[in-house]
Amino acid sequence: MISYVARRLLQSALILVGISLVTFVLLYLLPADPARQIAGRSATAETVESIRQQLGLNLPFYQQYLRYATGLLHGDFGRSYLQKTEVVELIASRLPASLLLMAGAITCELILGIAMGLVSALRRGSGLDNGLMLLSFVGVSAPQFVIGILMLYVFSVQLGWFPIGGYGTFSHLVLPSLTLGVLGAGWYARMMRSSMIEVLRQDFIRTAHSKGLGRATVIFRHALPNAILPVIAMIGIDIGMFMSGIVVVESVFGWPGIGQLAWQAIQRVDIPIIMGVTLVSALAIVVGNLMADLIAPMIDPRIKIR
Amino acid sequence: MRKTLLAGVAFFAIAAAGMTAVHADDIKQGGQMVVTYKDDVSTLDPAIGYDWQNWSMIKSLFDGLMDYEPGTSTLRKDLAEDYTISDDGKTFTFKLRKGVKFHNGREMTAEDVKYSLDRVTNPATQSPGAGFFGSIKGFDKMADGSAKSLEGVTVVDPYTIKFELTRPDATFLHVMAINFSFVVPKEEVEKWGADFGKHPVGTGAFKLGEWTLGQKLVFERNKDYWNAGLPKLDQITFEVGQEPVVALLRLQKGEVDVAGDGIPPAKFLEVKNDPTYAKLIVEGGQLHTGYVTMKTTMKPFDNVKVRQAVNMAINKDRIIRIINGRAVPANQPLPPTMPGFAKDYEGYKYDVEGAKRLLAEAGLTDGFETELYVYNTDPQPRIAQAIQQDLAAIGIKAEIKSLAQANVIAAGGEPDQAPMVWSGGMAWIADFPDPSNFYGPILGCSGAVKGGWNWSYYCNKALEERATAADSITDPAKKAEREEAWRSIFLDIMKDAPWAPVFNEQRFTIRSERLGGPDAIFVDPVHIPINYEQVYAKDVQ
Repeated sequence: MISYVARRLLQSALILVGISLVTFVLLYLLPADPARQIAGRSATAETVESIRQQLGLNLPFYQQYLRYATGLLHGDFGRSYLQKTEVVELIASRLPASLLLMAGAITCELILGIAMGLVSALRRGSGLDNGLMLLSFVGVSAPQFVIGILMLYVFSVQLGWFPIGGYGTFSHLVLPSLTLGVLGAGWYARMMRSSMIEVLRQDFIRTAHSKGLGRATVIFRHALPNAILPVIAMIGIDIGMFMSGIVVVESVFGWPGIGQLAWQAIQRVDIPIIMGVTLVSALAIVVGNLMADLIAPMIDPRIKIR
Repeated sequence: MRKTLLAGVAFFAIAAAGMTAVHADDIKQGGQMVVTYKDDVSTLDPAIGYDWQNWSMIKSLFDGLMDYEPGTSTLRKDLAEDYTISDDGKTFTFKLRKGVKFHNGREMTAEDVKYSLDRVTNPATQSPGAGFFGSIKGFDKMADGSAKSLEGVTVVDPYTIKFELTRPDATFLHVMAINFSFVVPKEEVEKWGADFGKHPVGTGAFKLGEWTLGQKLVFERNKDYWNAGLPKLDQITFEVGQEPVVALLRLQKGEVDVAGDGIPPAKFLEVKNDPTYAKLIVEGGQLHTGYVTMKTTMKPFDNVKVRQAVNMAINKDRIIRIINGRAVPANQPLPPTMPGFAKDYEGYKYDVEGAKRLLAEAGLTDGFETELYVYNTDPQPRIAQAIQQDLAAIGIKAEIKSLAQANVIAAGGEPDQAPMVWSGGMAWIADFPDPSNFYGPILGCSGAVKGGWNWSYYCNKALEERATAADSITDPAKKAEREEAWRSIFLDIMKDAPWAPVFNEQRFTIRSERLGGPDAIFVDPVHIPINYEQVYAKDVQ
């Protein structure tokens, strides 16, 4: 177990170095000139050159990367070209909002997904089952910005139940969490359904029934805890999905998280922010996957670590 | 009809139909408003801020020696009580207002003005506006780092400051009104260092209350503001990260007073045709021209006939319909509200047959293939497609290259790339209301360099001399003569047709019913997008 964890940690570190290198190369190859962007449209050639030197943009590629990587190891993500603020500070000020949104989304997708999957499995083949599975299919397929705008329009503008975007209170959290969680809820509903159907076929369920246990006891005591294991094991992987989802959802709802920060930085080619957010997301995905792999065998003895 | 504001301080009149006269004394200070923007406010440092959303915010936190009459492009004195210009137009002396205090309570003096200009021209500040001060003596030494102070700026006494220029510069008063020249207190800049932009301290009408990064900023009224009676509001809350569509919905529900990014294109007709909202919309011109550049260093655009043919091939009215009529057709570089605009000039008329004839004369009867670069955000690609179709009608096959803004700008600044660029979304909006600002960087030789903004690489030495001569006319009495000089320069540029001007965008601001003030301040040509100091709240009247 310990050697497995050590191996996985080393792998994760290598992945992060790889991602930082690839992202740095891609951003380096962009034709846009950051020094010119900072200097503005009426700058003289000397000003541009001076800024290039101050930022070290005149150095060869490998030196620029080494400078950046050395900074990273000291916790220095550099300074945003256009926001004129430390990238660490920008990300730190926005990370709590993103984490809150992800927690909301995980709650939504678990509750919705497990409930839908359970009902579908118990009413297998019925109209209700077909309806729920169609709904989960829509949830998996529909683009998040469409769902987001629709929810805003129906629940905030027409019905007035929730505020129109923004951040701060619990009611602000509901719609963006739902929007972000709908995709995962669709997946979980399908997974929960097939897993539940399989468990219900098992001998120990038949035994439980024949012992004379009530239907509710059989389902909630014996079937559900077994059927839910693969779903729980997936949560870590979801973090990766959320990382791409928050870019869209945060922009639609005006949610002040790192997704919105990334979107604004990409539009303006603010390289230090793009680098910083990419690395933080990569870290989250790597940690999420690692957790998924470590937690799965703990809760489900059928999975063995090799 | 006249409507007077600010009685006793700055008395001005705005012609506006259908408004009843309100006297300044009747307007009570107080109340608040909520303004939204999509993008974060990056910085409030006047030496650095150069964005749509922070431009007018900085104007309300800081002051310069000069400013403009609200809602107009007419210069007036601000921190300067008076000024004199020497006969040769090379020395400007300003007398400062006494008793003006920074938000930290210290009095502003001539030393602060000098410090602010030394700071903005110091390359270490990385100011995008340093280039505006190029006419001040000693600027070159600042730019190359060999001096730490501008030789041409002298503090005569605490309330007098003298500027010596290397050449007569008629735009200098405008330069003293631009954000980059605004006065900052040395002790606060040194205290905060690179983070001064997050802790701004100025002499302006408002001061920064709180700032929650990525969420909102609150401006509070500066109770010690030297210009008594201003600002009208007690507080402004700026909420950032709000998509324009969402901002509009919130405005309709009464949660927002001004949607800072305007009305989103997709919602424009719906809102404009709704009688409830139509009266909340203010329309105004803006110092903007959208144009197609043709690279004069690349074949076949080195031939003036080809460039003229492109000018005649573009159906501007159709393009304006594509953007729901949010613009007026343009036939010259200067927008209609800019001094020097040639009202009677007819330009190149839409004439497909005439365009084909010109191409034939250029030996290109069968047309040619080229590339049209465009910024990849709606509606720009749609506009580029319309231009592509118009060009196809005269035999020019233009391939559309739809890229991120910074990449289009980079390609435009290369002598052998981007033969055509549609400027939409990146187009020139004047830094100050003077025709020279539409020449140097975008049509003059100084901009025709790698990484420059003259994407046509058009450089006409004779015009360059005439431009320098026009900017040497510093005597305010000869204003008309100078305007005429610029008018003829731009008309001569059109003979060479390095651009095909397409339209001048109109601005449409939507504001809630509870905000008061003359329409002009909601589409202010200089305090973009709106003039925060002049807005008042009807609910405290």
